[in-house]
Amino acid sequence: MRKWLLVALVLLMVVSVLGKVKIVYWQYYFETKVKAIDELIKEFQKLYPDIEIEHVTFPYETFNEKVAASVPAGTGPDVVNLYYGWIPKYVTSGYLQPLPKSDFSDQYFEENFFPFVAKGVEFLGERYAVPIAVRSLALFWNKDLFKQAGLDPEKPPRTLQELVEIAKKLTKYDKQGNIVQAGLATQPSGQGHHWIREVLVRQFGGQPYSDDYRKVLYQNAPEALKFYTDLITVHKVGYPGFMNDDITAFVSSSAAMNIDGSFRIAALKKAGLNFGVAELPEHNGIKSNFASFWANAITKNATGPKLDAAIKFIKFLASEKVMEFWLDAVGELPANPKVAQKYYNDPIYGPFLKGLEYAHATFFVDEKEQRQVIMDAVDKVWLKGVPPEQAFREAAEIEQRLLDEFWKNVGK
Amino acid sequence: MKLRQKKILTAYLFLALPLFFFVFIRFYPMLSAFYMSFTNWNILSPKKDFVGFSNYVKIFSDPVFRIALFNTLKYVLLGVPSVIVVSLFLALLLNNMIRFRSMYRLIYVMPYITPMVATSWVWRWMYQRPPAGIINNILNALGLPTRGFLMSTTEALPSIVVTTVWIEIGYCVLIFLAGLQNIPKEYLEAARVDGANRRQLLFRITIPLLNPVIVFLSVIETIIFLRIFTQVYNMTDQGSGGPLNSTKPLVLYIYQKAFKSFDMGTAAAATVVLFAIILTITIFQLKVLNRNVQY
Repeated sequence: MRKWLLVALVLLMVVSVLGKVKIVYWQYYFETKVKAIDELIKEFQKLYPDIEIEHVTFPYETFNEKVAASVPAGTGPDVVNLYYGWIPKYVTSGYLQPLPKSDFSDQYFEENFFPFVAKGVEFLGERYAVPIAVRSLALFWNKDLFKQAGLDPEKPPRTLQELVEIAKKLTKYDKQGNIVQAGLATQPSGQGHHWIREVLVRQFGGQPYSDDYRKVLYQNAPEALKFYTDLITVHKVGYPGFMNDDITAFVSSSAAMNIDGSFRIAALKKAGLNFGVAELPEHNGIKSNFASFWANAITKNATGPKLDAAIKFIKFLASEKVMEFWLDAVGELPANPKVAQKYYNDPIYGPFLKGLEYAHATFFVDEKEQRQVIMDAVDKVWLKGVPPEQAFREAAEIEQRLLDEFWKNVGK
Repeated sequence: MKLRQKKILTAYLFLALPLFFFVFIRFYPMLSAFYMSFTNWNILSPKKDFVGFSNYVKIFSDPVFRIALFNTLKYVLLGVPSVIVVSLFLALLLNNMIRFRSMYRLIYVMPYITPMVATSWVWRWMYQRPPAGIINNILNALGLPTRGFLMSTTEALPSIVVTTVWIEIGYCVLIFLAGLQNIPKEYLEAARVDGANRRQLLFRITIPLLNPVIVFLSVIETIIFLRIFTQVYNMTDQGSGGPLNSTKPLVLYIYQKAFKSFDMGTAAAATVVLFAIILTITIFQLKVLNRNVQY
């Protein structure tokens, strides 16, 4: 009798294990993110007891290599967290599957995300990922340095004009004319290239690319580059590499203002800096911003019940409740305007969230090369004295070749 | 089996292990890099299509590759002679020292044994403009104009060469000292008795006898400068080899193509080119410099 009971018990266990679907989730290692996802997996498994999620992390630096190694081996994850800019590369490599339209309709995107998200995850007419959180740019200013310069520490510049005027007042030089305190940090290799490309170009009446991001158009608004390089060469309020980089300069109170992303908030708070956050200065009444995000996508590994489980999981991660939790736990901005609304009056998060409403997420085919192009344009102007018009034109030519090459290889 | 045969067999068995290691860890990846240079593999894609020589055509028509190639040669031409001359000079000084010799030796070797990333960052900070950089601060205090160093398209590469020479000196001095100590004292004494002056002693006896050491070091240092990477990666903004590619060496070009743009085919083609350059230069050096000196 006892034997039978034992057999029945074992059978029951086997059935319950077999009934469970297990999916693998990959993300890079970032302590707060890892902890948050572990929490969320617990919550998710309470909702769906028949789904088990294995959470795997590895260093950011090895992300692409790790993914590359897993593809031929067929051992990769079912759900992967990736930078939106990598989607084209991952799709053309046959790594991701499009999100099923039944679960992720146009309406779903409209209702749940800022508009740039749907565009950012789209490639060749299909959408591939959904984010939990997003990032945008804002102007950080050091209140103590404002006070020292006799400026109102609660009044950051609102327009580009004011930005230049205030930056000039905040810049200090030594006897030989070297900058010892920058009014505004300028670092194209940091967030500067985004500011030039998606913000300044639009503010000076241009458009960085054609709507489908296949044609480079920023060269038509050379005033954008001129405005940026004038900060370095004419107004002399900062230069690339001052105190090594913009972040070091701002954290060490050597730069009074900086344009940086929302992901910097935690570090600045930790540094004990007395800083404020403002929306990016506008120009001619035009506001613009650059947004970017990491998103969860489903790989080709997930089929059948695994695919269903993966869909449930990424939808759960993009839910309003999770976004609120994520803002508290990780400090990244909610990707859903409804959730974001609640934080609009937050002095730190508010300006970033408002910026999201008019933000654009650049479609990158090769983020590194496309950043280099802008960095080089700035360097040409301030190190070589090339006129901004020419530098921008040359940059556009190089980048256009890059885009053409990419689309030629995609074959569409 | 005879004992002799057994011995031979055992030897082969023991030798097989490192051979196995070399074949699979060294030669196999090398050969596969050759193969890879003929494909259009991007790191993520499982498929590798054969594209013939198009990667080679692509890199040679890429102005950035040509700049990187040229920069690499600049590193070698500026770096290798400087390292050899400076370290020989220091070794000669150290060789004549009796007190504190080991302390000085330690000081010179220290940069070499410090992790290169750390050394690079210290130099990067020293090269900063005021108020951060110590070199410019000294210039400033002396009332001299400050310099761009790493922030200048013309000064950045020589600045990195200086750092590298500073790192490499330790190793070269040690090897030179060993070489100097191998020179029989009798030769020098005999020459002195014959009335040779110090200049003659140096150029007629010491340096010719150091020839094997000089050959060895110039080959090693040439390879080191041809493969320069860590310094440039750590001393330039975002590891870009800038400003405006003025410091980008071949290895950095390869690294960026492979792991930033995932263009493995192009990267492999550039690797093959680098390999060919290193091979040619090394053979040339061994042939030309390693002539036997007759006395």
